[in-house]
Amino acid sequence: MSATETFDAAKVRPLWHRIVVRPETVTLLLLIIAIFVSASLSPFFADLRFVLESATFYIEFGIVALMLTLVVVSGEIDLSVAAMMALSACLFGIAHRAGLGMPLAIIIGLGSGALMGALNGVLVTIFRLPSIIATIGTMTLYRGIAQVIAGDRSVGGFPSWFVGIDFIAVGIVPVPVIIFTILAILLGIVLGGTLFGRQIYQTGTNPVAARHAGIRVGRLKRILFIASGLTSAVAGLLMASRLGVVRYDLATGGELQAVLIVMLGGTYIFGGRGTIAGTFLALWLLIIIQTGMTVANIAIDAQLTVLGLLLILAIISANSIYASGRR
Amino acid sequence: MSVSPGPLVETRGIAKSFSGVEVLHGIDLDLNAGEIHALLGENGAGKSTFAKILAGVHRPTRGEIRLAGEAVAIGSPLEAQRLGVTLIHQEPLSFPHLTVAENLFVGGEETKVLGRVPWRRMAEEAARLIDALGVSIDPQAVMSGLSIADQQMVEIARALAADTRLIIMDEPTAPLTPREVATLFDIVRRLKSEGRAIVFISHRLEEVRALCDQVTVFRDGDLVQTAPVSDLTDDDIIRLMIGRPLQDYLHKEAAPTGNEALAVKGLTRAGAFTDISFSLRKGEVLGVAGLVGAGRTDVARAIFGIAPAEEGEIRIDGSPTTIGEPDDAIEHGIAYVPEDRAIAGIFKTLPVDQNITAAAPETIARGPFVSPRRERETAADAIDRLSIRLASARQPIGELSGGNQQKAILARWLLTDPQILILDEPTRGIDVGVKAEFYDRINQLAGEGRAVLLISSDLPELLTLADRILVMSEGRLTAEFSREEADQEKIMQAAVPRTAA
Amino acid sequence: MTALSRLARAREAGLVVMLVILFVVVGAIQPRFLTVGTLDIILLAIPLILVAAMGQMMVIVARHVDLSIGSILGFASIAVGMMFRDVPELPLWLGFVLGIAIGAALGFVNGLIVALFGLPAIIVTLGTLSLYRGLIFILSGGRQVDPNHIPEALIRMAQTSPFGIPWIVIIAFATALLAYVFLRHMRLGREIYAAGSNPDAARLRGIRVNRVTLVVFSISGAMAGLAGLMYAARFGYVNPGITGVGFELTVIAAVVIGGVSINGGIGSVPGVVLGVLLLGSVSVALPILGISGFWQDAIYGAIIVIALIVDGSVRAGGLVRLVTGRGE
Repeated sequence: MSATETFDAAKVRPLWHRIVVRPETVTLLLLIIAIFVSASLSPFFADLRFVLESATFYIEFGIVALMLTLVVVSGEIDLSVAAMMALSACLFGIAHRAGLGMPLAIIIGLGSGALMGALNGVLVTIFRLPSIIATIGTMTLYRGIAQVIAGDRSVGGFPSWFVGIDFIAVGIVPVPVIIFTILAILLGIVLGGTLFGRQIYQTGTNPVAARHAGIRVGRLKRILFIASGLTSAVAGLLMASRLGVVRYDLATGGELQAVLIVMLGGTYIFGGRGTIAGTFLALWLLIIIQTGMTVANIAIDAQLTVLGLLLILAIISANSIYASGRR
Repeated sequence: MSVSPGPLVETRGIAKSFSGVEVLHGIDLDLNAGEIHALLGENGAGKSTFAKILAGVHRPTRGEIRLAGEAVAIGSPLEAQRLGVTLIHQEPLSFPHLTVAENLFVGGEETKVLGRVPWRRMAEEAARLIDALGVSIDPQAVMSGLSIADQQMVEIARALAADTRLIIMDEPTAPLTPREVATLFDIVRRLKSEGRAIVFISHRLEEVRALCDQVTVFRDGDLVQTAPVSDLTDDDIIRLMIGRPLQDYLHKEAAPTGNEALAVKGLTRAGAFTDISFSLRKGEVLGVAGLVGAGRTDVARAIFGIAPAEEGEIRIDGSPTTIGEPDDAIEHGIAYVPEDRAIAGIFKTLPVDQNITAAAPETIARGPFVSPRRERETAADAIDRLSIRLASARQPIGELSGGNQQKAILARWLLTDPQILILDEPTRGIDVGVKAEFYDRINQLAGEGRAVLLISSDLPELLTLADRILVMSEGRLTAEFSREEADQEKIMQAAVPRTAA
Repeated sequence: MTALSRLARAREAGLVVMLVILFVVVGAIQPRFLTVGTLDIILLAIPLILVAAMGQMMVIVARHVDLSIGSILGFASIAVGMMFRDVPELPLWLGFVLGIAIGAALGFVNGLIVALFGLPAIIVTLGTLSLYRGLIFILSGGRQVDPNHIPEALIRMAQTSPFGIPWIVIIAFATALLAYVFLRHMRLGREIYAAGSNPDAARLRGIRVNRVTLVVFSISGAMAGLAGLMYAARFGYVNPGITGVGFELTVIAAVVIGGVSINGGIGSVPGVVLGVLLLGSVSVALPILGISGFWQDAIYGAIIVIALIVDGSVRAGGLVRLVTGRGE
């Protein structure tokens, strides 16, 4: 009987409503407010250089969040991203310490990320486990393996060209920020401008209909999970470069940061909606909020309160905006 | 037989609309205690909707229900249960992980939530109820370990636990073996002798004849006739079910038969369909008739690679083909317009243009990229050709009417330039004007030399469009008619299961 | 489904077998594992996990998950620890009551957000995990509660009792017994299973599914609060940055290996108790075998993944699909 459900063709939301009432607009608005408030409270924020330098502390999670956006739009989630960062960075560090040479060590780091992503993808598409719980399991597993291979020691001793990528800048823009921006543009094009991006939205909107339309849904999701693993490995290496050492507890709690950025950017937790632009803006919003709290002498640990609150408010508001559009 | 002075249930002018479309037009029906009353009708005739209104699943748009002479409002299944009305679903709606005894008693009680579960009393009570049905089911067994038949028995036992006066059974025998059907009938007869009223919905005429006292035939949302079963022959009943006039559509011109486009041989999937063989020529419209659950959609899904068959062969253009995924099927020029548009067809929140181009990405591609210009033009062209009525191609498809959504899905498949089109109930829930457009379109597609497999429960539609009609019943092909020999009565005779499976 | 329910029943037997194998193998390699002392160590290792697992299993049976229990544990123990510090005359029993009440309140907030907005519990509790942890720092000013501020009597509870077994072990098993009675014999307990088994049917039968959600999260929070007190007793201090961090993953591992289905509706207290015992035994066996404690998390993670795969493949034929390559 549900097939008889009908609407009149004429009921359309006005254009301005569609443009204005969407989560990314809210993100942009919050960003603008945050910029003005922080700039008026502290002269630091009027200085672009300061903001960009502060950004390097958060940019790795921003990179992870870009790819995670695609995963969430496809209707899945990957909570193992931070653990993949840690394990791939540890493998990289140990490979280097074993004398394998930097190129090989980097390949091992990236390859392990792709493999971990592949395992996530297999668990979700072949074993049909909900990604939300499967990646909780692999999160524990990957972090645990990192602990096994690295112990509680710091692994370092990297060549000087590798260390301190956050201090290298083009003009006033640190290299990690450039990497983040390039990746944002690339993934923005993939999600917004390619056939593959279309299929991601379609799969996230209605996986059954997507399969009926000839989309190989399982393969698509496996690709996204592998890409998520690979991106996490890149972020892990960037963090290794910034810190100069790797440890098993690198990026602990990073899944919260990554998920928070994605949700703050207005991506719909149930899939099918969201943009890279939103995620891009959300990272800068988060940077300003967190740096602002740091400048205001709020302890890093106490900042967790705000982050958690933000995450919950972000999903509630994105949810209600999408619900109002759906009617 | 009846002991009470008046009928137990009287409905007066019960009507029901879904989103503005009226599917029941004022049903007046009396149900007597101690009587088994059959509801018959084609798919979509309204009998299940009517049953669901009695059971509180749907609320009537207008009309009145009187229970033992008193007007009642049945707002929910829970209220129905309190009033003594229970609907037993074909696939029992139960808690698979809980025990039989718990399934009988969980929920609904007004006692304190912190109260103790009286396991022993529950077990005894459950055993008593099950014994009363004369079946042997362990009250402590986990529900999911039971056969469908036993699960149904538990549902019936639950109805008795609630001291039900009216039990509605919606096609209870469909998933059962003959022995289980016999057990069920014994129980239903016993319930009747206890003075309960029973509504029995079935497609199987011999079951109705064996079991029921009264029969009511529904057609197109109207009650056509109520009569004692013994007053009607099988042919009478079938004629009442189909007595719908053929509408005045253009008859498809006789097909210029081309080569074989699609052939299936011995297609079988356990529990869905058995040994299905047919062939379909280019330029031909092959209709498939049958009642709900006959396995027609399962065959279509097997051919399209959604749930492939376990045995049998599919040949396309004469060569054997393996189809494991819809993607493979599309590769071979097959298109499938699914029966359930909302679940398997549309991307509700995505714009119309993206919905239209979903299956033919090459039509909007420039390399790996989407060409917005090509997308706009492709979609505009399709919208124009199928005269889809909308405000904007960028509008979410969920805002369109059902008929226009269906046109968009058809447009999606036409973009793949399919050689074989499988249309599954393409005009269900669509208003008459749009229907006519669809008929023209289907004619035209066949005229272009495409092969069309048309699954429909709308017999006049099949008779209007199809060159040949296959009939399926309970997972098997039971008849094939040429256009000349086919009529509604013959089709329905082949579609209605005649001997218990 | 038949295979599934059979699996659930076989699960407890399987866990017993795994425990026996563990003891035989480890005992063969290192005979001192098979002494009474080991049992004491294992029993002392599990009370926190055991009580929290009782709450978590109810949440998972009801088709949710609670990631915030580690932070709730930390918050309750810091809050009560500070009360003990500032009000030394606070009776011990009142400390327990307060800890449980604080935990229940935080859990109730989780349940409220999940039920009110229809959001996935895992994301909501990921948020509150962070939120509550941040509140711990704000409340404590980042300072830990030192051993000399934890009441003697509380610390003694982790060491002994008139019965020879430490009080916290007794409390933990008593809690498991209560959970068993609640889930098995109380109407509300059965409603948790019904709501998780088939939420639609539960609603049709008049079960208030939202109330079930509130109840399971509140209980999970209360149990985490109780675990917080046990933490203070066992370790003698409470640290805002350490106490309870990562605790949720251990508890989820115990619950999943104990046979609770992540799809709701399935799970028994004896199974979860065995799952907790198995994890506890593993954690005790590792150092005895000379294996670094660093292996513990990897093993827990592997256990979660394997338990999920076993359930998933039984349910959906995942292994078959992996072999045949069929199954998008």
